[in-house]
Amino acid sequence: MIDQLTDFVSWFFVTGDPLIYGADVAIALTMAAIVFVLTYFRKWGWLWREWLTTVDHKRVGIMYIIAALLMLFRGGVDALMMRTQLAFPDMKFLSPEHYNEVFTTHGVIMILFMAMPLMFGLFNIAVPLQLGARDVAFPFLNSLSFWLFFFGAMLFNTSFVIGGSANAGWLSYPPLSELTGSPGVGEDFYIWGVQISGIGSLMTGINFIVTIVKMRAPGMTWSRVPIFTWSVLSSCIAIIVAFPVLTVTLALLFLDRFLGAHFFTMDGGGNAMMYVNLIWMWGHPEVYIVVLPAFGIFSEVVAAFSRKRLFGYGSMVFAMMSISLMAYFTWLHHFFTMGSGANVNLFFAISTMIIAIPTGVKIFNWLFTMFRGRISFKTPMLWTIAFIPCFVVGGMTGVMLSVAPADFQFHNSYFLIAHFHQVLIGGVAFGYFAGLYYWWPKMFGFKLNETIGKWAFWIWNIGFYVCFMPQYIVGLDGMTRRINSYGWDTGWWALNFTSTIGGFLMGIGFLFQVWQIAHSIKFMEKDTTGDPWGARTLEWSIPSPAPLYNFATTPLVTDRDDWWEEKERIAAGKMPKAKPELEPIHMPKNSPIPFIQSVCWFTVGFGLVFHWLWMAIPGFIGIALTMLAHSFNYDTDYYIPVDEIKRTEARAGRVV
Amino acid sequence: MAHAHNHTFAHEGGHDGHHDLEELRKFGFWIFLITDCILFATLFATYLVLHESTAGGPDAKEIFEMPGVIVETFILLTSSFTSGLAVLAMNAGSRNGLLGWLVVTILLGAAFIGMEVTEFAKLIHEGHTIQTSAFLSGFFTLVGTHGLHVSLGICWITAIIIQLTRHGITPVTRRKVHITSLYWHFLDAVWIFVFTFVYLMGVM
Ligand code: HEM
Ligand SMILES: [Cu+2]
Repeated sequence: MIDQLTDFVSWFFVTGDPLIYGADVAIALTMAAIVFVLTYFRKWGWLWREWLTTVDHKRVGIMYIIAALLMLFRGGVDALMMRTQLAFPDMKFLSPEHYNEVFTTHGVIMILFMAMPLMFGLFNIAVPLQLGARDVAFPFLNSLSFWLFFFGAMLFNTSFVIGGSANAGWLSYPPLSELTGSPGVGEDFYIWGVQISGIGSLMTGINFIVTIVKMRAPGMTWSRVPIFTWSVLSSCIAIIVAFPVLTVTLALLFLDRFLGAHFFTMDGGGNAMMYVNLIWMWGHPEVYIVVLPAFGIFSEVVAAFSRKRLFGYGSMVFAMMSISLMAYFTWLHHFFTMGSGANVNLFFAISTMIIAIPTGVKIFNWLFTMFRGRISFKTPMLWTIAFIPCFVVGGMTGVMLSVAPADFQFHNSYFLIAHFHQVLIGGVAFGYFAGLYYWWPKMFGFKLNETIGKWAFWIWNIGFYVCFMPQYIVGLDGMTRRINSYGWDTGWWALNFTSTIGGFLMGIGFLFQVWQIAHSIKFMEKDTTGDPWGARTLEWSIPSPAPLYNFATTPLVTDRDDWWEEKERIAAGKMPKAKPELEPIHMPKNSPIPFIQSVCWFTVGFGLVFHWLWMAIPGFIGIALTMLAHSFNYDTDYYIPVDEIKRTEARAGRVV
Repeated sequence: MAHAHNHTFAHEGGHDGHHDLEELRKFGFWIFLITDCILFATLFATYLVLHESTAGGPDAKEIFEMPGVIVETFILLTSSFTSGLAVLAMNAGSRNGLLGWLVVTILLGAAFIGMEVTEFAKLIHEGHTIQTSAFLSGFFTLVGTHGLHVSLGICWITAIIIQLTRHGITPVTRRKVHITSLYWHFLDAVWIFVFTFVYLMGVM
């Protein structure tokens, strides 16, 4: 009996690695501390009522952002572990097996559990406010999307201490990810963690398309839609086309592993190459999904901080829409070397190069917007300016990679690693940082400290180039990715060591940002204006933080950059626009169902990972019951009375 | 569907709030259907890639029994028709007509699922399982996914029948009936593709 128990424990929990024991202790202590604090300050009810059951898009957005920053921390620690291992030849820090797990986890977390939720957080914060709307189209679904992402991410994260992590790379190619290649449970954790959060992403895509198409304030024609909102629309269109493919691909891999099907196996007629096609049909659009909203943020920030209209609005919209469509015709450039034949390679090489054109158009638009502008170098603007050269270089190395014959040299080398980090960090991470700094006052009602922010900015940027430039060189020299150690005879020590220093500099940059937030919470500079940057779009016309109902009266839009034009009119001594009478505001009620249903999904996922049907089946029943409970609930909304709106506005210093 | 009044949706508060909300949900459901189309398209693509990879096992000709499949098809098409009659009854304001046709629709749906389960059970009994070959993996997954969708539809319509008996025909239940009937027609359309690409092409 005791023997069986210890056997089970040593199989169930990951054992034998001091790093992981350390993590176990840290996790247990953190959990205990959270429970203690919540109990001591009697905050459980508050947490449940105000956050876990909320359907308010602003709060959902904040929860996304907090979760994403925690994941950035974890993904970053993984990155630094890898860089430490690579700092010296014959380093004994991570074994090859452990290194496999770390790069897999790092990739999955950074793209799916850091970039995606950070992006959704910014969607949630900004889009309804830019549209002059009260909420997203489906607030209940929005909360469900968040919790699905959250529990999917948690499921994936538990694999690190329970059962063992996935180790077949962030896209889990078969046959490595098949039962024969990965007999443990790590791949199953990957499948269910990504699947559950992916369903949430798909629903967010639907939700925001409907919001943008149907909930624009009166007068907001398509040519007056703020550019960030346009970028969200293009990204969401890509989401609804790409994510169903991911759902199917993961489901098929699961059937292979769970039921012994033969979709991608080496025997039984399976076709592993089909997996590679399918996963990249999602994976390539995915990189545009995360970068398009960053383009939207840069456009917004450049215009606001140059105090000028965005140059080339129409071409910007056209460029983003065409990128989101063209993204589907390039997936094969990820496996030029896998024997597709010359003509197929040629088609995908050309289609890839074509995408550089709209991207180039955008860069010029940003530059022309800055030209002769009155630029103020606040942190959001700094990140935007740093992004431009970074993305130009990243884009050029991308075009180099898209030359199919040359890719036979670059493929799977550090040249590739340097390229995609340059576009992902320089484009996506810098972009979301800019967005976070930009909308922070709108979320929380205070600005972040600029001085510490500038320190963080410079450390990050210097670290970035120190880390990734040497990788282009070692990559061209033949150093391949996903390998944990190279001997002294390669002569790459100095470059690798430099690169590691750069990695740690970025880590320090991140710590500065944490300090910046902590410092600003303590010594905050309150934003009483609602418009601290002198910006242009509707979200800046209301108090910070935005009241529950966003707009006391629905704005009537008459211009692009409506709020800016309104300020100009007032400055010119004209009357401000007349506002309609106050009316009671229709609001959705909070609901516990999204949270509970997502816990059930987690249960299903965990049960299927371990083949425990006794756990998975009740989970399924729970999902069905919560769906029915929602369908039978007809009491989902309420009205905020006019008196209460008046009081809220008065508290924010506004008369209505 | 009519989405003419774009801008009135902007303020869902105030006067006509509920009507707008129901329209919004219908539009959202159309977009969901697009995603479901892509999901099925992906499954069809994998099936077409794998349908000749029988790995020494049986091929389509050996195992498909067309008479049963044709009856199934006929039943599902009829159920799509009756679900249309349900909507007509609703538009005519007849609650009993609506309920009656919905019940007929789910009975036909259940008959369809019953036949499909029998077909699967027979194949498995004969030793032709999802593990036999890539072809059968593709077959069971594609047809099974459609079957799961139909089963889900049956549960969903049942839930709406209960709500109709409680609340009658209101803007909310009206929208729910519209959406489920849309879903049901969609499944019918997908089945026509299954019938053509899997069964007809298989035995030809
Ligand atoms: C912050 C600094 C970062 C550093 C120092 C870093 C470092 C690394 C390293 C050393 C690898 C493994 C290379 C190998 O041996 O195969 C890697 C892989 C990867 N990284 Fe990063 N990374 C960083 C940030 C990011 C970000 C922000 C993203 C995405 C938004 C990202 C996405 C990926 C992906 C997708 C892989 C491939 C994983 C795989 O091979 O399966 N990284 N990174
Ligand atoms: Cu690509």
